[in-house]
Amino acid sequence: MAYTEEELKKELETKEYEYGFYTDIESDTFPIGLNEEIVIAISKKKEEPEWMTLWRLEAFKIWKEMEEPKWANVHYEKPDFQKISYYSAPKSADPNKTLDDVDPDLLEMYRKLGISVDEQKKLQNVAVDIVVDSVSVATTFKKTLAEKGIIFMPISEAIKEHPELVKKYMGTVVPKTDNFYAALNSAVFTDGSFCYIPKGVRCPMELSTYFRINQAGTGQFERTLLIADEDSYVSYLEGCTAPSRDENQLHAAVVELIALDGAEIKYSTVQNWFPGNKEGKGGVYNFVTKRGLCEKNAKISWTQVETGSAVTWKYPSCILKGDNSIGEFYSIAVTNNYQQADTGTKMIHLGKNTRSTIISKGISAGKSQNSYRGLVQVSSRADGARNFSQCDSLLMGNECGAHTFPYIEAKNKTAMIEHEATTSKIGEDQIFYCNQRGIPTEKAIALIVNGFSKEVLNKLPMEFAVEAQKLLEISLEGSVG
Amino acid sequence: MLKIKDLHASVDDKEILRGINLEVKAGEVHAIMGPNGSGKSTLASVIAGNERFEVTQGSIELSGEDLEEVSPEERAHKGVFLSFQYPVEIPGVSVTNFMKTAINESRKAKGLEDMPAKDMLKLIREKSELLEIDRKFLSRSLNEGFSGGEKKRNEIFQMAMLEPKIAILDETDSGLDIDALRIVASGVNKLKSKDNAVILITHYQRLLEYIVPDFVHVLHNGKIVKSGGKELALELEEKGYDWLKQETAV
Ligand SMILES: Nc1ncnc2c1ncn2[C@@H]1O[C@H](COP(=O)(O)OP(=O)(O)OP(=O)(O)O)[C@@H](O)[C@H]1O
Ligand SMILES: [Mg+2]
Repeated sequence: MAYTEEELKKELETKEYEYGFYTDIESDTFPIGLNEEIVIAISKKKEEPEWMTLWRLEAFKIWKEMEEPKWANVHYEKPDFQKISYYSAPKSADPNKTLDDVDPDLLEMYRKLGISVDEQKKLQNVAVDIVVDSVSVATTFKKTLAEKGIIFMPISEAIKEHPELVKKYMGTVVPKTDNFYAALNSAVFTDGSFCYIPKGVRCPMELSTYFRINQAGTGQFERTLLIADEDSYVSYLEGCTAPSRDENQLHAAVVELIALDGAEIKYSTVQNWFPGNKEGKGGVYNFVTKRGLCEKNAKISWTQVETGSAVTWKYPSCILKGDNSIGEFYSIAVTNNYQQADTGTKMIHLGKNTRSTIISKGISAGKSQNSYRGLVQVSSRADGARNFSQCDSLLMGNECGAHTFPYIEAKNKTAMIEHEATTSKIGEDQIFYCNQRGIPTEKAIALIVNGFSKEVLNKLPMEFAVEAQKLLEISLEGSVG
Repeated sequence: MLKIKDLHASVDDKEILRGINLEVKAGEVHAIMGPNGSGKSTLASVIAGNERFEVTQGSIELSGEDLEEVSPEERAHKGVFLSFQYPVEIPGVSVTNFMKTAINESRKAKGLEDMPAKDMLKLIREKSELLEIDRKFLSRSLNEGFSGGEKKRNEIFQMAMLEPKIAILDETDSGLDIDALRIVASGVNKLKSKDNAVILITHYQRLLEYIVPDFVHVLHNGKIVKSGGKELALELEEKGYDWLKQETAV
């Protein structure tokens, strides 16, 4: 049983946003603003082949014609896209580095982030790629993985080293035209991870990417492309943090997953971007497009714990194209103070006997707004498609909001779609009951919230589950009067 | 041990306790009886420090310390335990995890380290055997889907785990079947010592046959209107409360 209370307790003394430090690393940052020259300059910086530059330019053209989406249940000041710098790299990052060559300041930063890029991690069997601002700075375990034919590297390197794979798959699940932020990302993405698991290979370790915005005034646009070839398996983890700043920083990522016949991808995220301060100042705008494609008998599971960001707009989705394919979405979204989250999923059933499961747990506190938005679509060809959705909301206090927007579009009569929703409030009597047993209110809330989120926490890999529980506690700090 | 003086308490400006005086010494068992709505559960809540109720007058002392400024969790750390008349459900939190958190929070308050897992396990084993609780039960979510009797037995399991100085059992007997009542009562008896005390809130004489009280008090309209020995309970069983109500009305 994953009871980690002991370890947590000590660390819970400091409940402020723990990752709010800034590391003074010399960096190479582009002037603010966005135009074709900048797009070309990014591509140059990355020493990309021409096809990639052209791909970016096309995306830029598309983006210029698009408008920011307004349908989400979030309100924020529109970012000024001309006031952001689109490229920032720690100067000492060198794509050919081994860990020994990494800038000691960077290593110190990893240490503070709690990422041990060293022996410890080896024991824990996690291969890590770390993206600071716009550049991937360390990929561990390359060799071990290479022996199995697994490719795990920064996407900027993959573009050069495995152009055939990148060309074949990039933009196939999330096209450039998909939406405003996806188009923007396609034009200016700077780094991210690339992963390919060959046919029949079970990836022997968790693959993990750690994203960090360090530099002020920069946006982060990472792009992740993960391809699981036939009958392969991979579990992938993604973590995010940023320094505390008064300004809003933009994060617009695109993640594309491709699960070929019989493959399985488990993708877990713990998102803890700076949420802004108590008064709602600052914080990251997190506008992310994540989508996976399942071929025959394939399976994709998204698990996310979203505690950070001032504004979140995110719908990890599955296109269940192949017959018998399976999509899953397990989510915990916590909002406190003035945070706003509009998150959920889309399950697009195209193939026969496709199945999807959605479990969403929204926790709102303070003056925050938490929305679940989900679409279950069953095409006319998708005989025997099944979906089960469960959306539970937990409210703390009277000033926050929880909203559920389930959309169902079924064009096939054999579809079986079930939707359950509950809203509950942490009751005074529950708190008193805990108090009476000697449990202080803050701890009582953490306990109740953890219990509420259990079904989703259980889906996380062990190591992440610990971090996630800790985050839940930290992010709800001060939510009771 | 527990000294209650002229206690008045109200909720939403409605006075419920109207001058309670009660002294409970170490080693004693007190029973509180009284008609529905007379204020028994309210008294228990107020002793436990429920802030829903406002103490407007009087005082509660525990081992010589005034509890007025003491939070509910601190009262628990000092050894106050309440077996709830209506235990609440906490979905997703197992009985084990809940107890572990409770015990370790109390230890933390006393400056102690967390209880080692080995000891915790031993304690759980010992106490669940005492109350004849199936271990499988302990992995279930706290009170969720528990039957009425299971909830009550689980309350006493928690009491056994926490070993309080003063335990208030609010209608723990209602909902228990005959066998369960015997098990729970014998558990309570085993936990009883010269250093702790028990307050039993009940409507029925039956419980008092198992756990024999030193004193029986009758609460009516927020006041203790009669106190006596264990024979008072028998008298009440026979005559009901009307005669007392009339007596006090005069
Ligand atoms: N939170 C509250 N708000 C309003 N009235 C309350 C509240 N709690 C208790 N009361 C009232 O106070 C009175 C005493 O209630 P209490 O629960 O203490 O009675 P009791 O003696 O335990 O009764 P029973 O034998 O039915 O358990 C009742 O009239 C009840 O309605
Ligand atoms: Mg009562």
